[in-house]
Amino acid sequence: MRISLTVNGEPREADVWPGESLLFALREGLGLPGSKNACEQGECGSCSVLLDGDLVCSCLVLAAQADGHEVVTVEGLARNGDLHPVQEAFVEAGAVQCGFCTPGLVVAAVDLLARSPDPSDDEIREALSGNLCRCTGYAKIFDAVRLAAGRL
Amino acid sequence: MPRVDGRPKTTGEFNYSSDLSAAGMLWGHTARSQHAHARIVEIDISQALAMPGVHAVLTHEDVPGRKTYGLEHPDQPVLAFERVRYFGEAVALVAAEHPEQARRAAEKIRVEYEPLPPITDPERAEAADPLHPGGNLLRRLTIRHGDPDAPGDVTVSGFYEVGSQDQAFLGPESGLAVPDGEGGIDIYVATQWLHVDREQVAPCLDLPEDQVRIHLAGVGGAFGGREDLSMQIHGAMLALQTGRPVKIVYNRQESFVGHIHRHPARIWAEHRATRAGEVVCVRMRILLDGGAYASSSTAVVSNAASFACGPYKIDNALIDCAGVYTNNPPCGAMRGFGAVQTCFAAEAQMDKLAAALGIDPVELRLLNALAPGDTLPTGQVIEGSLPVAETIRRAAAMTPPQPEELPRDPIRLPGGAGNVTRGEGIRRGVGFAVGFKNICYSEGFDDYCAARVELSAKGSAVVHCAAAEVGQGVTNVILQVARTELGTREVRLAPTTTATVGSAGSASASRMTWMAAGAVRDACRAAKEELERTGSDVDIERIYRHARTTPLDPETGQLTGERAHVAFACAAMRVVVEVDIELGLTRVVWVGTAQDVGKAINPEAVHGQIEGGTAQGLGLALMEEIQTRDGLITNASFTDYLIPTALDMPPVVSELVEDPEPDAPYGAKGVGEPPTVVSTAAILSALRDATGLELNRVPVRPDDIALPAGD
Repeated sequence: MRISLTVNGEPREADVWPGESLLFALREGLGLPGSKNACEQGECGSCSVLLDGDLVCSCLVLAAQADGHEVVTVEGLARNGDLHPVQEAFVEAGAVQCGFCTPGLVVAAVDLLARSPDPSDDEIREALSGNLCRCTGYAKIFDAVRLAAGRL
Repeated sequence: MPRVDGRPKTTGEFNYSSDLSAAGMLWGHTARSQHAHARIVEIDISQALAMPGVHAVLTHEDVPGRKTYGLEHPDQPVLAFERVRYFGEAVALVAAEHPEQARRAAEKIRVEYEPLPPITDPERAEAADPLHPGGNLLRRLTIRHGDPDAPGDVTVSGFYEVGSQDQAFLGPESGLAVPDGEGGIDIYVATQWLHVDREQVAPCLDLPEDQVRIHLAGVGGAFGGREDLSMQIHGAMLALQTGRPVKIVYNRQESFVGHIHRHPARIWAEHRATRAGEVVCVRMRILLDGGAYASSSTAVVSNAASFACGPYKIDNALIDCAGVYTNNPPCGAMRGFGAVQTCFAAEAQMDKLAAALGIDPVELRLLNALAPGDTLPTGQVIEGSLPVAETIRRAAAMTPPQPEELPRDPIRLPGGAGNVTRGEGIRRGVGFAVGFKNICYSEGFDDYCAARVELSAKGSAVVHCAAAEVGQGVTNVILQVARTELGTREVRLAPTTTATVGSAGSASASRMTWMAAGAVRDACRAAKEELERTGSDVDIERIYRHARTTPLDPETGQLTGERAHVAFACAAMRVVVEVDIELGLTRVVWVGTAQDVGKAINPEAVHGQIEGGTAQGLGLALMEEIQTRDGLITNASFTDYLIPTALDMPPVVSELVEDPEPDAPYGAKGVGEPPTVVSTAAILSALRDATGLELNRVPVRPDDIALPAGD
């Protein structure tokens, strides 16, 4: 089937099969592999995107469900080559090691700061608890979110 | 210097091995055994071949060359023949237009099995029917040191058990194999050691090594789990067969069954000491379950035995360590590599001894702390840097936070996210542990690292080094060294590949910084000299080797040369936990650690390794275990195999003990493993303090605490 959706502000169309996830459509059909495929069952958050402004695991959304909707992926956060403040903070704080979780965490952190511009430490931990990271132990990710919060 | 790959990793532009694509690409899928042990009667691929979109279905009969591979022994079939020896063993391959077509076709491969009784108890493995021609003993190493019967005034003993941990890197095994049209193959893959992949891939494809080029694709974490091959040969076979690029991406379930794990261990320990607290004698029996294939098990046996006593001066010891084949999931390298298991047992013993002697546990450790000039149970004299006592003192001096009053936000209670308690059952505990392990490969392995520098007369340089960037930051180390040595910022690192430079060795054993820094330094210095001499463009390759090691004697476990291990690093850790003894749930409140790092080349990256390594040790202490029933993995998903989340991790305060290693380039020791070695032991020490329970098995389950506490 053919779907039409807005991705990172641009109207896009894609041919998908009925069982296809939004994650697969983004990565393989729309040339946007920034959203990652670490568990594909909604446990790790690596595929996090904003669907009509809501944070979702794109592996749990059917591509067909996104028909007519608006998706923002990690590729849509930088503007004219300037990193989003959250992305900048991740680099600066040393929050990136292997980086496979980073796109999902960046999107989750952008979502958190949009809802809560000055989150407490507990709020940060809870908001990011759906995003697994295996390298960093999270400490520098928390630093990055605090750093970005101070700049937004 | 900020991470050079930091920016593209935050924007989504960084190309991981699962992100690759090529024109005309097919998707590969691997059909795997659902039995832990069975004889293969027949494989029928006809239905699979007839499925839509399918271009190839391959079995062991299609392996062009040698039918087996392996890191240390080529005992693992590329595709199973005659029998399968573990759940998830690769049996057949499919290439199709779409990944779903490939998956469905793989389901249509009919394999007739005759199930065989699986060997799942490692204690019975040696006496069971052999799984391999040489029998089921992979290696036994017995270290006899001094008088193993030396008595003490006080003796403590215990039995300890460690479950199998998974590396659980987030980037699944994946890669792209591209035929070059002339019979050769280019393989783009996430791996830890490109050249050893090539060494294993080429004979199985029956190709000369120069027709197999391995290129590093973006690596989504490794932790030892990418030392063994995954899709390399499979993808290449499908690509050579179809003449088209083939991509293989495991899903999480396949990743859990498709790579090796940390060895589960059973350890029997006895420590004897004088009244004054001098540990006189350690006796330990260690049994490691290697699973169905050897992988790096024989080296893990060596490490478990070598570091069994912990970083203490022990004059008399008897360490018996065996690794065996079973039909459980294969085990191999994981961060800490044998030292994790024995540190857990040895440190529990030190706490027991401290209690029996009435000596403060930190004091007892200081009394026995190993120092340069001391002799290890293998007979090796510690040379160079090993500041155990200072590391202990620094960690012990760190001040944990005061207990937090109740009531408090449930998110800061054990099990708090579930809002199941108001904290009335909480007990606080404080623990301490010390751990150490080797840096670099050991026991006579001819280990080296190559680096090549193209230096232009105008001063800019391109560095070639096949060191795998797995997230640890070796790219920055290479550029930092090259820029420092060449005195210019105009340095670029060429793509990581076997095609343009010699082997770098593995991103393992906390060795990559040491080895790559040595090789890049030597190549830069040589290039600079050459440029000064000739005035024209230079292209120079240099090989760096660390001090030579020799194997341990198989009978006595004693040195056969000057050293079996190159160097050592230690870490000490203080931990505060809160345990809800009614629910059996734990919250690690605080971690303070001091680590012996030699010299920190990039302190931010070092702290990052300590925080991340601690998280993995916390996982093993409290939640992570590959569970099996009759050899079949029952929790191959992130729903059932839990790793620490943002809510599980406490603040980790880390201090670096800098005592430069004289033999290491710039004095830098590897830093990745010591935090993982020590943290499981330190958390368990705190849990015992909180509960008064023995807790001799990790991961600790809620029942282990709640049931006995409720008696």
